[in-house]
Amino acid sequence: MGIETSLENTPFLPVLDKVVNWGRKYSIWPVTFGLACCALEMMVASMATWDIARFGSEVFRPSPRQADLMIVAGTLTKKMAPMVKRIYEQMPEPKWVIALGACACSGGIFRTYSVVQGVDQILPVDFYVPGCPPKPEALLAALVKLQKKIEGESLANRKDVPGRLALGK
Amino acid sequence: MADVHLGLKKLREKFPSSILAEKTFRGEVTVTVPKGMILEICRFLYSDPDLRYHFLTDLCGLDLFPDTPRFGVVYLLYSMKNNERLRLKARIGEGESVASVESIWKAADWLEREVYDLFGIPFENHPDLRRILLWEGYEGHPLRKDYPVEGPDFDKPFVPEV
Repeated sequence: MGIETSLENTPFLPVLDKVVNWGRKYSIWPVTFGLACCALEMMVASMATWDIARFGSEVFRPSPRQADLMIVAGTLTKKMAPMVKRIYEQMPEPKWVIALGACACSGGIFRTYSVVQGVDQILPVDFYVPGCPPKPEALLAALVKLQKKIEGESLANRKDVPGRLALGK
Repeated sequence: MADVHLGLKKLREKFPSSILAEKTFRGEVTVTVPKGMILEICRFLYSDPDLRYHFLTDLCGLDLFPDTPRFGVVYLLYSMKNNERLRLKARIGEGESVASVESIWKAADWLEREVYDLFGIPFENHPDLRRILLWEGYEGHPLRKDYPVEGPDFDKPFVPEV
């Protein structure tokens, strides 16, 4: 696929991993979309007081094709679920998901016929941020944890290529 | 507010036999009418030169389970000419339909679709009667009292069609 194919099983791969992960973790671009009130906490996290730009994630992308991170902020209804799933599938690898708020984590107070009981039913979630809504600090904490997670990833571990997960953690 | 509610007065004169009940509470006037007369009474309230109820504030459904007739439709009308509000109510039995007032107020289009979607009350002569909030192919009407809040298949994982 890429340069990592020829570097696999050589001493150069960990070096390349380090360089690429360094680039990736300081430019996690989230895709712009909010589903409910938690989206306001996501917006305020990009304002001057909390300033998500300190972590390199201020570039909210209107197109999923330019984004690395999906912040599912708010209540996901069953009617909205196909659109969210489609946006996620349009994002290029590597991609990560943060479930922001009680509704995105578990359905929250909406134990009803119309609400998906947690976005992990339709998407692979990396980090759950509980709260109703969570404070912007909580979102930033999840972002820092995500950066730590990216540090530990390897180029050989590609989710979209089956059978190549052996080297991954 | 004037002592005499003009809409109520005119309704008493014009449709004396159609007023099943009337109630005034803190200046709010509610008139219950038979469901077959809804269209005629609404058209009168809209077009009478002294009344001009040109504004349909809201139209909503009721489920009075286990009463019979089970359902109801409520019309909240406003006359900008007289600064006067009127609430019309009609009771509808299970499986029955009610005349659409979309021909009088365009706003009734989506409101009636909402009542149809959530209560399952059909409206006759509605131009486009299909679900508005829930998706196509959904079964059941969730605001009915006998509908479980969690809906069917709650314990199964949700798989969206993409």
